[in-house]
Amino acid sequence: MIKIKGLCVDFPDFCLKNINLSINRGDFFVLLGPTGSGKTLLLEAIAGLVPVERGKIYINGIDVTNLPPEDRGVSIVYQDLALFPHLTVLENIKYGLHFHKIDKIQAEKKLNWLLDQLKLRPLIGRFPVNLSGGEMQRVALARALMINPSVLLLDEPLSSLDPIFKEEIRGQLKKLHQETGSTFLMVTHDFTDILFMASRVAVINEGKIEQVGDVEEIFQRPRSRFVANFVEARNILCGYLTGSNNHRYIDTGKIKVEFAENTTENGKKVYFVIRPEDIIVSKIPLQSSARNCYLGKVTEITNRGAIIYLKVDVGNELTAMITKASFEQMSIREGDSVYLTFKASAVHLF
Amino acid sequence: MRRKKDVFLVVTVICGLLVIGFILLPLLKMFTSPSWENLKAAIQDKKVVKSIWLSIYTAGLAAIISFVVGTPFAYFLARREFFGRKVIESIIDLPMVIPHPVVGIAILSVVGRNYWFGQILSKIGIRVMGSVLGIVTVLTFVGIPFYINTAKDGFESISPRLENVSRSLGASMFSTFLRITFPLTWRSMLVGIVMCSARAISEFGAVVVIAYHPMTAPVMIYERFEAYGLAYSQPVAVLLTLVCLILFLFLRVLSLKHQERKLIK
Repeated sequence: MIKIKGLCVDFPDFCLKNINLSINRGDFFVLLGPTGSGKTLLLEAIAGLVPVERGKIYINGIDVTNLPPEDRGVSIVYQDLALFPHLTVLENIKYGLHFHKIDKIQAEKKLNWLLDQLKLRPLIGRFPVNLSGGEMQRVALARALMINPSVLLLDEPLSSLDPIFKEEIRGQLKKLHQETGSTFLMVTHDFTDILFMASRVAVINEGKIEQVGDVEEIFQRPRSRFVANFVEARNILCGYLTGSNNHRYIDTGKIKVEFAENTTENGKKVYFVIRPEDIIVSKIPLQSSARNCYLGKVTEITNRGAIIYLKVDVGNELTAMITKASFEQMSIREGDSVYLTFKASAVHLF
Repeated sequence: MRRKKDVFLVVTVICGLLVIGFILLPLLKMFTSPSWENLKAAIQDKKVVKSIWLSIYTAGLAAIISFVVGTPFAYFLARREFFGRKVIESIIDLPMVIPHPVVGIAILSVVGRNYWFGQILSKIGIRVMGSVLGIVTVLTFVGIPFYINTAKDGFESISPRLENVSRSLGASMFSTFLRITFPLTWRSMLVGIVMCSARAISEFGAVVVIAYHPMTAPVMIYERFEAYGLAYSQPVAVLLTLVCLILFLFLRVLSLKHQERKLIK
């Protein structure tokens, strides 16, 4: 569907370096990365809005690298939405119809469908200046989808919305993706967006793709320190491989951690990650099949509302995540001794 | 603290009154000096009307030329980052800082018969010295920076993302300009046109070097002042000032609307 081969975009103060990416038809693909990592630039390169230095972009098998934006069949929704301020909601939505040969009856059908799906009917006569953030968001989506784009590019479309609108638009986006069958490529920082909508994810940093994979792969098995940090894996440790074929360990010098992945090179230095939500916290040792269990002292408690992060010194410092209810039930205080238990399969090497 | 604030306020108000008085006093004196009969005679004088009309339409032509040539250039400057951009912008501003007679002399040195360009013009029968073409050339030279700078500011106030979205929705560059950029910036362009023509209509120093005849209004005012004195030049000056005032009032109304629109955005 979208194939990017060796894409380089050179700007005086920033560049995209050798981007290779393959996005399947109908995917809800998410680009994840810190501010200034090149996510928006990559979207603009796909849309044909910035000049490409090297490499190729294919959409539906056609090389679009040198095609102007208007000939690519790609719609873009920016973070600031970029609604045309001098046009009404209806004029904004129908704007693309001036340039596409869409059958009038079909266009009318699509318009009505979008107006109903996005609850825009009462707003059609208004100007963008008189719309709320959520309403503007819905108009921008309707405008982009009106021309039946084969690819919809979404540049952090939910970041400026308050939580209630965010939830609503998230649901609408997912529904629109399922019903239109278009390929959605979205830039976001928000893990909830990814978990709720994404089928595949690419992590981008300093103009380079760090990792591509499905959602679970990115969150559970980050392949670099950067990705692990970015997806808030928190427990990123370093050690040396040791043990026999049946029981493989990583020796950090302070603790030995059993892991399940298939590697035999003893003595090799590796980094590994354990997600905080994969660690079970208890005040007494647990009887379970989990291979790793350590006793440690709670050094820090971070309250995040419904969830609590505990930093526990078990030799190395590990962060575990528990619910507020569990935290209160166990009445944990700083300095308390607790057991941390996790499975060998929760340990991911990179 | 309050006392200090009061002193500051008094100083600002006094300075303001000084400036307003400085601007208004000579103008009021000039407006009230000529008798009604003298003014009427000036309005009925065909030479005066002709010179004012010449000033208006040559300034208008300069503004139209600035609009046609300056709009694409202002758009380019607003949208593109390139090496030497600051130098180009400084070159555009040059006509605003060069003394006006020097502008006339500079243009004369290019279109005069001692220079190859002037020789070519002469060979194909185009006369710049002492002609309407010469006046329009000079007025465009002094007026075009005002148009380009104002139009550029207008383009810069519009997010390029609006144009990007328009293009991603299927509009060509030209359609995008007509449907998005122009409707959002036409006020700035109009303000630029008015500023350019207001600047052009008042030009004297450069015009007098290139074309003493046909006589524009500022040249006629100077000639009458030199030949017959203050009283004879004042009615023409009043009429020209009235024309300029109307132009500037128009500009103020437009620019006010421009500000309001920015606030709404």
